[in-house]
Amino acid sequence: MGSRASSLLREEDIEEIKKETGFSHSQITRLYSRFHSLDKGENGALSREDFQRIPELAINPLGDRIINAFFPEGEDQVNFRGFMRTLAHFRPVEDNEKNKDPNSGEPLNSRNNKLLFAFRLYDLDRDDKISRDELLQVLRMMVGVNISDEQLGSIADRTIQEADTNGDMSISFSEFIKVLEKVDVEQKMSIRFLH
Amino acid sequence: MESYLFPFDGLLCMLLGISFTLWFTLLLIFIIVPAVFGVSFGIRRLYMKSLLKIFEWATLRMERGAREKNQQLYKPYSNGIIAKELVSLEQEIQEVRRSGIPAPEPEFDMSDIFSFCRRGVESIVDDEVTKRFTAEELESWNLLTRSNYNFHHISTRLTVLWGVGVLVRYAILLPLRVTLAFTGVGLLVVLTSLIGLLPNGWVKSSLSEKAHLMCYRICVRALTAIITYHDSENKPKNGGICVANHTSPIDVIILASDGCYAMVGQVHGGLMGVIQRAMLKACPHIWFERSEVKDRHLVAKRLSDHVADKTKLPILIFPEGTCINNTSVMMFKKGSFEIGCTVYPVAIKYDPRFGDAFWNSSKFGMVNYLLHMMSSWGVVCSVWYLPPMRREEGEDAVQFANRVKAAIARKGGLADLLWDGGLKREKVKKVFKEEQQKMYSKVLVGVSEDSHGSEVVRGSEDSHGSEVVRGSEDLHGSEVVRGSEDSHRSGGRHCYAAWRAGALEEPGRTFILN
Repeated sequence: MGSRASSLLREEDIEEIKKETGFSHSQITRLYSRFHSLDKGENGALSREDFQRIPELAINPLGDRIINAFFPEGEDQVNFRGFMRTLAHFRPVEDNEKNKDPNSGEPLNSRNNKLLFAFRLYDLDRDDKISRDELLQVLRMMVGVNISDEQLGSIADRTIQEADTNGDMSISFSEFIKVLEKVDVEQKMSIRFLH
Repeated sequence: MESYLFPFDGLLCMLLGISFTLWFTLLLIFIIVPAVFGVSFGIRRLYMKSLLKIFEWATLRMERGAREKNQQLYKPYSNGIIAKELVSLEQEIQEVRRSGIPAPEPEFDMSDIFSFCRRGVESIVDDEVTKRFTAEELESWNLLTRSNYNFHHISTRLTVLWGVGVLVRYAILLPLRVTLAFTGVGLLVVLTSLIGLLPNGWVKSSLSEKAHLMCYRICVRALTAIITYHDSENKPKNGGICVANHTSPIDVIILASDGCYAMVGQVHGGLMGVIQRAMLKACPHIWFERSEVKDRHLVAKRLSDHVADKTKLPILIFPEGTCINNTSVMMFKKGSFEIGCTVYPVAIKYDPRFGDAFWNSSKFGMVNYLLHMMSSWGVVCSVWYLPPMRREEGEDAVQFANRVKAAIARKGGLADLLWDGGLKREKVKKVFKEEQQKMYSKVLVGVSEDSHGSEVVRGSEDSHGSEVVRGSEDLHGSEVVRGSEDSHRSGGRHCYAAWRAGALEEPGRTFILN
């Protein structure tokens, strides 16, 4: 009955998250409240089941892959920092960001990082390459049982042919970037967070 | 030593006796007698107005406190955390393709994944369903610890006020209300049992009406409920079904104190069972055994029989099947809309400033909830009686149910959702994911898929077993699909499939009592 969410988040934590992700103070407190409401076990971390409880995510064909993106390699729980770090990829790219501190490294929501996020959705075994198998598996997730194996196979082959420039029958990250250079990634992979 | 105590003892007893009698007399005069006759002194409204002023003052002080410390007050996301696109997923994916004409060979674009991905993350940040099953968050503070997120901004003055509030609520209001509740329920049981002894006829039904109304009015005062009824000319009549949105068990008391209804529900044991049996003696209600609830045809038959008899009272049903948090109306189960009689929709909206009436049945039990309700400031709500509706030509039960739902949502200012309230406890059915996959396949491969499409769908149904089989007869309803896509609401981008779930649902297995 009403969450005490904002009280459990300290000001120092909020400042650190602000620096790392670029979200504003009020956005962070609201997202913390959301995190807290998803956390049914009330242990300060989300498990995969907590995500799967969201119906709109459960019916998304790539739901499992997206959930996976929140969890670092081999871990089953994601804390609030991790949650915010992943969400930060979807912040819209603002022009004034480019002029900020050049030493702080690339912001999480840069075009490159957005593309990397999408690349990792395809790259099931995290070996930095999208093999034909991996592409097939992801395609199968997206189309369900509605397309035959042969047709799907030929779609995958064609896609790899078009993208592959060094002939290793798989798509590396740089090849991935090249294929999508004309796509407005910044707009498609951004969520409009309200202030 | 002892001799000193005796006079004090006697004095104490006398004082206690007097105060008790005084208290009880006041109770009788100001609360029970008006309840019996259905009049009101207006005490509750005065109480409500003064409380509102105090709440505003408290919120202002908290804001001032926060500003002094140079911090920000936590404001719940009443306007939403994110702004979502209004374009459907299908359109978004189509935009990527260079032309709208399906290519001879399937075109897969690696950027298709972006749309799915973004929508998935959007639903993680803010989805339409999970937030309906927890209490609504408020902007102002109503002096209850349970709804305060800013308590580190509270000054001493506010703490004192809060302390006084606790004292008033637990030491004065709670015992008063509990007494009233017991009186109300006790009277109900006794009176209805007595009336049950009379032979059936006009006298019996008229007395039973008066007894029911009186006892419910006492219960309303036991909760300090301030109810405003609108459009009473549309009140439900005999031979009809009254449907309303469901927020808590109190809904029953609120509606029944203004009109007489036949209740529908499962037979319970214990105190609830005693009350149910007593009520049944005075006028016909519909109580189902646990085993009968699963039998859809039996349920429908009993309801239609009741409705056909014009001497019997209108039936009260909550088609959502579970309690929702009063910010939205979720899918109506079609069972009550198949009966083919007049439906009287009613919209109930609680004022959240006074305390949240939502019963989170997965977290709190009924007794806990009632105590919580009785120890809060009160319940303020509005009831709108909507004009009666009938099923139209060529409209099936699901479409009718959605039409009624839309009317109720519009009147009460609630969001109209297509999702099933059962998602509170259950997982969403796999069918909807398959719908999404089918949609994407169509875009990928083009219109030519249609001829294979239906076979593929049928094939998928058999291999997926029971969940789909139950509704398989409706899954092919092509008009149903077309209708749903046109009647889209803004919250329902993915939900057109969920809308069809209306056709797949089982009968309302929980009526009023969860």
